[in-house]
Amino acid sequence: MEAAKLVGMANQIASFFATEPDRPIAVAGTANHIQKFWEPRMRKALLQAFDAGGDHGLHELVVAAITEHRAGLEPITA
Amino acid sequence: MTLQEGHPAMYSNKVVDFGTPVKRSDNTVTVHIDGKPVCVPEGTSVMRAAVEAGVQVPKLCATDSLESFGSCRLCLVEIDGRRGTPASCTTPCDDGMQVTTQSKKLAKLRRGVMELYISDHPLDCLTCPANGNCELQDMAGAVGLRDVRYGYEGENHLVQEKDESNPYFTFDPTKCIVCSRCVRACEETQGTFALTVEGRGFDSKIAAGPTNFFDSECVSCGACVQACPTSTLMEKSIVDEGQPDHAVTTTCAYCGVGCSFRAEMQGSEVVRMVPHKDGKANHGHSCVKGRFAWGYATHPDRVKQPMIRKKITDPWREVSWEEAFEYAASEIKRIQAKYGQASTGGITSSRCTNEETFLLQKLVRAGFGNNNVDTCARVCHSPTGYGLKTTLGESAGTQDFDSVDFTDCVIVLGANPTDGHPVFASRLKKRLREGATLIVIDPRQIDLVRTPHVEASFHLQLRPGSNVAVMNALAHVVVTEGLESKGYIAERCDMEDYGKWKAFISEERNSPEALEEHTGVPADQIRGAARLFAKAPNGALYYGLGVTEHSQGSTGVMTIANLAMLTGNIGRPGVGVNPLRGQNNVQGACDMGSFPHELPGYRHVSDPAVRELFGKEWGVDIQPEPGLRIPNMFDAAVDGSFKALYVQGEDIAQSDPDTQHVQKALESLECLIVQDIFMNETAKYAHVIFPGSSFLEKDGTFTNAERRISRVRKVMPPLPGLADWEVTVRFAEALGYRMNYSHPSEIMDEIARLTPTFTGVSYTKLDKLGSIQWPCNEAAPEGTPYMHENEFVRGKGKFVLTEFQATPERTTRKFPLILTTGRILSQYNVGAQTRRTQNQVWHDEDIIELHPHDAENRGIEHGDMVSMQSRKGDTTMRCIVTDRMQPGVVFTTFHHPESGANVVTTDNSDWATNCPEYKVTAVQIRKVASDKGEWQQRFDAFAQQQDLLARQGFAEDSEQGSK
Ligand code: SF4
Ligand code: SF4
Ligand code: SF4
Ligand code: FES
Repeated sequence: MEAAKLVGMANQIASFFATEPDRPIAVAGTANHIQKFWEPRMRKALLQAFDAGGDHGLHELVVAAITEHRAGLEPITA
Repeated sequence: MTLQEGHPAMYSNKVVDFGTPVKRSDNTVTVHIDGKPVCVPEGTSVMRAAVEAGVQVPKLCATDSLESFGSCRLCLVEIDGRRGTPASCTTPCDDGMQVTTQSKKLAKLRRGVMELYISDHPLDCLTCPANGNCELQDMAGAVGLRDVRYGYEGENHLVQEKDESNPYFTFDPTKCIVCSRCVRACEETQGTFALTVEGRGFDSKIAAGPTNFFDSECVSCGACVQACPTSTLMEKSIVDEGQPDHAVTTTCAYCGVGCSFRAEMQGSEVVRMVPHKDGKANHGHSCVKGRFAWGYATHPDRVKQPMIRKKITDPWREVSWEEAFEYAASEIKRIQAKYGQASTGGITSSRCTNEETFLLQKLVRAGFGNNNVDTCARVCHSPTGYGLKTTLGESAGTQDFDSVDFTDCVIVLGANPTDGHPVFASRLKKRLREGATLIVIDPRQIDLVRTPHVEASFHLQLRPGSNVAVMNALAHVVVTEGLESKGYIAERCDMEDYGKWKAFISEERNSPEALEEHTGVPADQIRGAARLFAKAPNGALYYGLGVTEHSQGSTGVMTIANLAMLTGNIGRPGVGVNPLRGQNNVQGACDMGSFPHELPGYRHVSDPAVRELFGKEWGVDIQPEPGLRIPNMFDAAVDGSFKALYVQGEDIAQSDPDTQHVQKALESLECLIVQDIFMNETAKYAHVIFPGSSFLEKDGTFTNAERRISRVRKVMPPLPGLADWEVTVRFAEALGYRMNYSHPSEIMDEIARLTPTFTGVSYTKLDKLGSIQWPCNEAAPEGTPYMHENEFVRGKGKFVLTEFQATPERTTRKFPLILTTGRILSQYNVGAQTRRTQNQVWHDEDIIELHPHDAENRGIEHGDMVSMQSRKGDTTMRCIVTDRMQPGVVFTTFHHPESGANVVTTDNSDWATNCPEYKVTAVQIRKVASDKGEWQQRFDAFAQQQDLLARQGFAEDSEQGSK
């Protein structure tokens, strides 16, 4: 899946939760939303874009969400 | 299964007319009609009480959909202790009243009245289209009229010309008795005020505008035709076909109002659709679509035979159902073997029944073995589901439509009810004429802003894309001026969330003054509107796709819930958060588990208990991960990981944004199965066609915007031989997954078994009650008219922080205008149905509306062809110049495929749900000479090629057949 598009979508989610003054809630909210609504191949592509390092362009809340809630974002392997 | 004799849905064509409307009152009075006591609510007319006592007093100018008028003097009665012979329709009952409806004196008076009417009426009853169903004829019989003393030689009205200008009904003034029922219907029921009584006394006649019906303000709702007691206003279908012999109650298949209709039939042919008086969504009213635009159901373009082809460049081959199922199933299996289980999916439709939608998502989850199922509601109301679930706890509107009768102040936000939800608009206008106040928040000056006897107190004409800013500003004013409902909030909402939200919303950056640069709305107007709404005893919010179809769509929905909670406006009649749903079954499609992350009843697939429940019933393991949403399916298709799609009743190639991306996605599929009643735009990319059945050809249920579940009843056999639900069952079987149903009622039983909000729903109960608003279960055995009565479904109401963020779609010098999209009354969605009816006379092409200022700058004049270009593509359309628009904003509809409105729309979408941002696209417009742009030329070429392939296919088939 096109990484740039997914990064944009993730950033949109982050900017919604960014208003939340309570940081852990904002980070968990972002992670939880991606986990609940994104199909595994989308999450996989997002994680790949993140892991590739460099200038991925991710919102810092998404970065925090991935770092702190990585297990939940990985696709479930049956 | 056929309808049983004596089924409540079938009755003779005579519907009891109570003469005057029902009255609401806590007090009752008892009157004696010809000696028989009857107890009625205070304020009830003597006429109505008589009907309740089983006595029909003769009448002509009264009917129970209209307030009494008292002009014909046929309904005279005698009342003990009163002088003279009062008209029973205008006389309210007093307790203890003794009424006599028949006496020599009354009979003589009534005969005299009838004699006058008949002396000026043509006596061609035998050849009149109303013969057998005419109140004048009935009354002549009822009063025993035997001869007419006045003769027909004198001056009369028998030589006037018919007005045939409306495509669906005629006006024959020679038959008119000037009872003014039509005029009052147009005013009271419809609220359009198109008709007048011209002249006085003998000279008086009914007039529609200065010339005729078509050129008048008439919107062809049919209310006047319905009210007319004679054949003066008459459906052309009845003139052509004659009177019906039976009727079946069913539900309109167009918009989310979900009007109940009586399909009036001759054998298995519909001759007229009449709005059902007892229908709880519409109370006997309708709009031009449901009332008249049903001819598409038997249009020659209907596909009746399944078809298959290997590649989209191959000719189509007509095949048997067996072969189509076999081929489709083998393709799905082949593709899954090659690309994995997750390479397949399905799309359900808000136009299909609950039962069909439920089956399709079951097929995907159980038969395909993944959760890649989505619904077209994705592209319209998915933010409603998300936003209301988050704030209130349930993904649905809070009220019934009747609630509007108790409202004091209404906010209409991003909705255009007079075009999109006409029957609700009539109810709303009635309430507004009674004195409720109105605030319209819309970039355009929609009709509601100023219409006869209705004027909005405020029209906040915001810039497209700034809903959240306006709503935040309204809430800011309420909070900072201390107008919030403190007690309500403290009792019913989560105070921690509220505290955070209050601090956020009170910040100066959320004030109307600070947000003015984004909204374009003067701050004092926002302050005025906020005070008006907050101070109203009952305030209600109605909204539509102008809220949801934005990159902040879900945020917008939550601002609405926030404002409703803040002002204490949820949990009783007259208030509430009311999403106006686009298509007929948007609510139902969402309820039935068509979203990839949720099983029926809005339960997330990650919940093991829910998966276990469904898995057991269906005999499979349900996947724990959410599936692809429609836009994600397109992306995955372009990417090569998504290869097969089963689309039921949707035309994604036309209705979804960024057409060229959608086309690319569809071209990448190896198997596209389209189930539809017509060869739609999507079918041009398909490999398998399952012909669909219209709403007249199947049993099922629709759920309207009020959560009201209503029956759809089969009145004729499905043209392709199988109803849609049977197609899904047989296809599943071919895939090796058995579904055992002999009738859609059994599908509903399964839904009820599995869904806590539906446990009390069954076809038997629907037949008994007419319709049911879910939740319907042990706690609410007859359904729930309004929700969150004592507490919110989620427990405490949740205020959500709703920061305004401008859409990424910006205007620039190259694209200086904002395009926003919408719909109009006579056409529906992609237009596949309405374009195949005479509704075309009102709107036969999509048109760009632009402001005079923008037109002048570009040297554009009313009626010119213009090209519209966005970052995504360009198209060519005709334009009209109108000051309904604000400068800098242009508008169009998407009812016609060749206009390609979605060629220009972008792939921006709502942050939470991926609902596309149809409502904001930066464009440039310039005048062009040719009426076809580059896109249209390509569109035509492809359409021609596909048309040829279809015809080649048929020719080959018939050759083979003749060998
Ligand atoms: S057109 Fe029909 S409803 Fe209207 S005044 Fe004439 S008879 Fe009455
Ligand atoms: S069809 Fe409707 S809008 Fe037209 S004149 Fe009759 S009542 Fe009025
Ligand atoms: S208002 Fe909607 S449901 Fe009612 S008749 Fe019109 S299209 Fe049908
Ligand atoms: S029906 Fe009562 S006056 Fe006409």
